[in-house]
Amino acid sequence: MARAAVPGRLNWRVATVIEARNETRRARTLVLDVPEWPGHRAGQHVDVRLVSEDGYQAQRSYSIASPPEDASIALTVERIDNAEVSPYLCDVLRVGDGLEVRGPIGGYFVWDVAQGGPLLLIAGGSGIVPLMAMLRHHARSNEQARAQVPVRLLYSARGVDDLIYRKELEELAQLPAVEVAFTLTRDAPAEWHGYRRRIDRAMVEEVSWPAAHMPRAFVCGPTPLVESVATLLVELGHDPSRVRTERFGPTS
Amino acid sequence: MQTEEMRLDGNAAAGALRELFATDVTAAIATCMGCGTVGPVGTLLEYGHAMGVILRCPSCDTAVLRIVRTPGWLRVDASGISRLMIPDSA
Repeated sequence: MARAAVPGRLNWRVATVIEARNETRRARTLVLDVPEWPGHRAGQHVDVRLVSEDGYQAQRSYSIASPPEDASIALTVERIDNAEVSPYLCDVLRVGDGLEVRGPIGGYFVWDVAQGGPLLLIAGGSGIVPLMAMLRHHARSNEQARAQVPVRLLYSARGVDDLIYRKELEELAQLPAVEVAFTLTRDAPAEWHGYRRRIDRAMVEEVSWPAAHMPRAFVCGPTPLVESVATLLVELGHDPSRVRTERFGPTS
Repeated sequence: MQTEEMRLDGNAAAGALRELFATDVTAAIATCMGCGTVGPVGTLLEYGHAMGVILRCPSCDTAVLRIVRTPGWLRVDASGISRLMIPDSA
């Protein structure tokens, strides 16, 4: 599906919410129909703008969760208590409502299957969102392309109920060339088979390919996690230019 | 909350940068005027503040690019960039 990327000013457009679904108790996915959407690349984000009656504007960035293959875009928003934007998007916005968006934005933290792999994805909390776009894009690629790019995901969350897209990830892990590992840092159920601690060097080493395989790594989530994992990957010998990071700021 | 926890990176400034440039520049390669470090704009560290964006060199902390919105003006200080290589498919 070829879409022309036209350089030039990015304009605000009013998108329509066509679907809304709760992912976890704090995360909600909004599917948007954006007029004249030019298409996007996995890893990109949009800016969302809310304007209140007195003219006050609040703007935030949200990663696109859906793959480029979809005509509409999906954003997965994690509700942060007492914040300015996410409570509105999670609790108030309804199917049929309009929402001002600008995008797609980004060109560094992006991945297309044509770039090849192996692909190493490491996420903390809501950092899973842009990596999910990459995984979904991988899943929608033709079998030959997929077979040439093995993918491994390591996803860290506080508890099992905080894992966004858990069911879909477990299904994707059934595909050849896709492996998914979870780690829970706060509460793990008794029958949990995944990791049960913060990401550390031993875990990164177990999940990653050796540096000699030259994987492309994408790390996204809270700033402390991203910086710690990126440092570990470089310590393990990975080329820093093949480790791309997107920091989401403080742990919420 | 420590400053280190709150820091972001060039990806977070991508929307603001898009107001200046006709294309994405997070993949563009910037040379730091302070120390000569060369790397993608996406790897610069962002310490956001209410008035705008400051991108700093991850090696020497020089303010590589500052964008501040004041009434009627978008103030850009790019004096920390000695060279910017923007991917061009034209």
